[in-house]
Amino acid sequence: MSSLLEVRGLSKRFGSVVTAENISFDVKQGTALGIVGPNGAGKSTLLSLITGVLPVDAGTITFDGRDITKERAANRTKAGIARSFQIPRPFVDMTVFENVYVGAAFGASQHGQVGYEAAARALETTGLLHLSEKPAGSLRLLDRKRLELARALATNPSLILLDEIAGGLTEKELPPLIELIRGLRDSGVTVVWIEHIVHALTAVVDELMCLALGRVLAIGDPHEVMRSPEVIEVYLGSTFDLGEVS
Amino acid sequence: MSIAENLKVKRATKSSWAGLVIAIVVVALLAMGPYTFGRGMQQNLVILFSLIVLGTMWNLLAGYGGMVSIGQQAYIGIGAYGLVYIADTLGIDPFIAVPIAVIIAGIFSLPISFLAFRLSGGYFAIGTWVIAEVVKLIVEQMDVLGAGSGVSFMALTTLSPGRRIAYVYWLSLIAVVIAVAVTYLLMRSRLGLGFTAIRDDAVAAGSLGVRVTRSKRIVYVVSGMGCALAGAMIAANTLRVQPESIFSVQWSAYMIFIVVIGGIGTIEGPIVGAIVFFALQQWLSDFGVWYLVILGLLAIIITLLLPRGIWGLISGNGRIRLFPVGYRIANPLEKFALIKPAATPEE
Repeated sequence: MSSLLEVRGLSKRFGSVVTAENISFDVKQGTALGIVGPNGAGKSTLLSLITGVLPVDAGTITFDGRDITKERAANRTKAGIARSFQIPRPFVDMTVFENVYVGAAFGASQHGQVGYEAAARALETTGLLHLSEKPAGSLRLLDRKRLELARALATNPSLILLDEIAGGLTEKELPPLIELIRGLRDSGVTVVWIEHIVHALTAVVDELMCLALGRVLAIGDPHEVMRSPEVIEVYLGSTFDLGEVS
Repeated sequence: MSIAENLKVKRATKSSWAGLVIAIVVVALLAMGPYTFGRGMQQNLVILFSLIVLGTMWNLLAGYGGMVSIGQQAYIGIGAYGLVYIADTLGIDPFIAVPIAVIIAGIFSLPISFLAFRLSGGYFAIGTWVIAEVVKLIVEQMDVLGAGSGVSFMALTTLSPGRRIAYVYWLSLIAVVIAVAVTYLLMRSRLGLGFTAIRDDAVAAGSLGVRVTRSKRIVYVVSGMGCALAGAMIAANTLRVQPESIFSVQWSAYMIFIVVIGGIGTIEGPIVGAIVFFALQQWLSDFGVWYLVILGLLAIIITLLLPRGIWGLISGNGRIRLFPVGYRIANPLEKFALIKPAATPEE
């Protein structure tokens, strides 16, 4: 299978803080890549670089065979890259339905009835349909996370980037979410998923990448990556917190 | 079980149909103004109409576009001077000169937006003010526009005073209808949905495919054109344009006051705010300096007690909408409360 996303030599620094240093990896069409790493490893920054929220300092991003390194964020979404934010960013004064319809109307260019139906399907998939008429600002955390996912799905993505979508969820709430993401992957959507809950990741992803201090520490089979001594030392063994860079 | 295939989305509500009827009746009654009102009253109403247009345009910019400008007086001035120059110096019919002046303001606002958009937040606000001051300073250097002392608007003085006042009154009434209708239609469109998303969270809007900068530019240009329309109304009403007053930052203070007390982010709010502001101006004009003190106090009280403004109070925090721009689902949704997330995105 061909690569949907190709990242080559990606670098980004904020002053003297290096958040991405020569990062290269591929994500094959229809597969799921998990990303782990301690806080401050540059995981969220990497997603911001791929989605175009932040400009890169060096390197290239190729999506579906096209160089999108300099493309605007909105155009990357239209091309099929969707993202959920680690800290949910709902449009608080709009209803849940309107929030998701923005994704359909702009990201997927589906307006009117087609767009309404696309939005409703995304709400149905994420279990939010009954809250459609509520102002998004009134949602609790779990539903805000679901809304992030619903909005991303409404853009009809071929690549979805999930930023700690399971963070803060209870053990009971986890299995339906894992099933949902697995279902997405099985339906042909390529997934890149940042998560601290390793067993949630390994239940779904085909490959795992470990980042530390903006560098790729290991990438490959999830179980092998989690067994590698460097990963154990820097990630599982570490106790210090560098503070999340997002 | 899928609700998606037979989903019904409503754009209008019962109150909005009532609103349309009320709006038509009010406009029809106001259109009789020249036959029923005295000249003074008509001229006063033109001031009110210009305030409604200004409030509506500032609300479009700040309430929907998320851009707090204190420099829209630049476009008020361009509209006013544009009308006088095109009608008096170029000899074009004043009623054709108005739309031309509005278009010219739009043409000016486009390059200005590239300058202003380099700034954001408070810096944007200050930047727009500086730009307005620069426009004023340039106008003050132009002898053809009367330089520092301003110009008188002569083209309309060939008409009898009664006729002139009636024409300006009708022109202003049409301007209000256009300003409110354009704002409503814009906000109701797909673009408007994007504006609202940008106001709530520009980064999230961008990541959902909304072209943030382009959308903001459209709002900025439309708002500039609307302010120019108000400027032309003011010039036609007072027959005199002076740089110190037409480019005064006081206009921005008025616009902010109108939008804040009326209710930001609604189409009805600035209309209510303009009426309240106009009434206060009339009643308090005898109190001298106290007039500004009372206005300031009122603004503070309303901001603290009624964050959604007077319209928020009247409408029961948005339950009544005369100009609805949202997307309401008509299907019953209660039965979906117990449904767990589906395992796959497919049915």
